[in-house]
Amino acid sequence: MNNRLIKWFKYASPQSFYPLAGRMIPWFWALAAVFGVIGLWISFFVAPTDAVQGEGYRIIFLHVPASWMSMFIYLVMAGWAGLGLALNTRLSGMMAQALAPTGALMAFISLWTGAFWGKPMWGTWWVWDARLTSELILFFLYIGFIALQAAIDDARRADKAGAILALVGVVNVPIIYFSVKWWNTLHQGASVSLMKSPSMAQTMLWGMLVMALCFWMYSIAVALMRVRAIILERETQTEWVRELPEVKS
Amino acid sequence: MSAFLTVIRRDLLLAMRRKNEMLTALFFFVIVVSLFPLGIGPEPQLLKKVAPGVLWVAALLASMLSLNRMFATDYADGTLEQLTLSASPLGLLVAGKIAAHWLTSGLPLVLLAPVLGLQFDLGGEALAVLVAALLLGTPLLSLIGAIGAALTLGVRGGGVLLSLLVLPLYIPALIFGAGAVEAHVAGLAFAGHLSLLAALLVLAIFFAPWATTAALRIALE
Repeated sequence: MNNRLIKWFKYASPQSFYPLAGRMIPWFWALAAVFGVIGLWISFFVAPTDAVQGEGYRIIFLHVPASWMSMFIYLVMAGWAGLGLALNTRLSGMMAQALAPTGALMAFISLWTGAFWGKPMWGTWWVWDARLTSELILFFLYIGFIALQAAIDDARRADKAGAILALVGVVNVPIIYFSVKWWNTLHQGASVSLMKSPSMAQTMLWGMLVMALCFWMYSIAVALMRVRAIILERETQTEWVRELPEVKS
Repeated sequence: MSAFLTVIRRDLLLAMRRKNEMLTALFFFVIVVSLFPLGIGPEPQLLKKVAPGVLWVAALLASMLSLNRMFATDYADGTLEQLTLSASPLGLLVAGKIAAHWLTSGLPLVLLAPVLGLQFDLGGEALAVLVAALLLGTPLLSLIGAIGAALTLGVRGGGVLLSLLVLPLYIPALIFGAGAVEAHVAGLAFAGHLSLLAALLVLAIFFAPWATTAALRIALE
């Protein structure tokens, strides 16, 4: 039992995680590339042209995975943050910090592609729909997290403060989502609803799922690369970093 | 409990000795609200429609102004460290500070709002709903804001950063608070909004002092 516990925590130290991350990164990049090629092939050549929306609908193959990832990454980030606060591990905070920019990027892509999709379909770049609005607020939450971490010089304090913010945010996300949803239905503002879209063809769903896998693998690869950079930055003073071949040269 | 009341008394006394800070935020509220009719035109119908939103957004901004002073002076002169060392639980003391913040920044807004609502041609009952919504909502703003204030304590560019952190979290309060008044003006039922606002307030009373305490401990480490 004791032995297993030690093994479990082995990779919680930046020193042993750094080479592990280095070994994992190529695999995740490869998976991202494979899924990306398959997903793009399905979405451009296999998926049929939509009867109502024409070719323009194909942007959902980017839009939907990006939205999923933006929400999922926030959850993962909050998970790492909670772990960091509970167990006081250094790596957890670094992971949360490494995930935030990717999450913000996903939220941004989701908003931007949504606008590109909305212009031909709804005739407007933006509607105050519940989903759009809560995605925008999620983007703000990411920016707040990044800004708070950037403003605090002491890395450990930045991690902990960011962790509290992420946890407060994750409690708030469902509240914000439902409040925006009810606000929207009360106002009866948006005449178009994403919920009423016609049921999707099977191939479209597959394309979307494969693209989501691609985004997922990409996010992991990028987060690992970023966490490696953060580890190097924070552990510059340590012996093992100075011994690294890539640092020595 | 006595520690809680002592902290409130102390913070109120300090606020009374520096009245200008409180009054500045209050006049900010009045000025922001008065700017809107100048910006969007004097038609009574339009003003009546935007009044709840305008009053609420102005209240959010005005209560933001005093947030970064909630812990900053105590942090600078070491009082905060003494508070963490005291025998009473820090969460209780923090709750006292939040309550004092509401009494000095939230409550004056609530009292002033109906007067400004008159400028927007809101009727008597709508004003009552506005006051009820603000009474439930402004403590919520102080509670959520306290977390942000504790997180940005002693941080570079704290003031602007604070608004970036806290304003997205204020959105539910804004929606339900302004929504209650709007629903009343539109002749719909507004009790649901107030109930939700009260539910949020109860949640925040439970969780916010706790999160604020954790953030303060991190800042003082």
